[in-house]
Amino acid sequence: MEESIKLHYIVPGDDFTRAGAASGDVKRTLKELGVSPSVIRNVSIAMYEGEINMVIHANGGEIDVEITEEEIIMALKDEGPGIENVELAMKEGYSTAPDNIRTLGFGAGMGLPNIKKYTDEFSIDTKVGVGTTLNLKVKIQ
Amino acid sequence: MKRTMTVKNLCEKLNLTVLTKGDTEKEITGCYSGDLLSWVMSRAREGDAWLTVMGNVNAVAVAVLSDCACIILTENAPLDDAAREKALQQGVTFLSSDRNAYELSVEISKLI
Repeated sequence: MEESIKLHYIVPGDDFTRAGAASGDVKRTLKELGVSPSVIRNVSIAMYEGEINMVIHANGGEIDVEITEEEIIMALKDEGPGIENVELAMKEGYSTAPDNIRTLGFGAGMGLPNIKKYTDEFSIDTKVGVGTTLNLKVKIQ
Repeated sequence: MKRTMTVKNLCEKLNLTVLTKGDTEKEITGCYSGDLLSWVMSRAREGDAWLTVMGNVNAVAVAVLSDCACIILTENAPLDDAAREKALQQGVTFLSSDRNAYELSVEISKLI
């Protein structure tokens, strides 16, 4: 591909039925482009965790994805409550998700750790009361 | 030599009830059991039969993202209407059994 592909998604808040729509669409796009399954898997997991976080914690948000020949760049932005203690939030098993979310199978405290684990570059910009932005990159081998 | 264990073959062998029918010719190459979706998403492999009690829309998304062959709801765990609709849209096969995850895992390991 000569030019990069840019995709934009709006993730609605409090709507679990729509969560996964953005990551599913990116997965299909990458498949069509012939990207390797392991890269697709990494991108899908990172994006789905990001979508779920937006639904659970931030009343939705927006995702921008850019696919180039070398990498997949994702920016996940929300105007949610922000993260008070990023170090704790990055720890596997730590979760602030309410009980009703846990009964849905979430709230394992694996969201941010999974996002970091499955991306090659990960940065988090968060401010309490303002929102959170994740900038992620997955390299295409 | 064992014959290829497809979703359809597994249904027949284990007497599973089909709740939603996707591609039942998919081959089952492994098995994963778990209910925490983040955990499943990062560990289940393509071609796994996924054993869980989570019959909700998020399970459908996780099945699609992890490319598992089918979801088997253990111990007659319910499938909710939204999940049924989404599974049909996305071609995800939901099966159901009255047996628990351990019993099903043992049976599946004999077949694949």
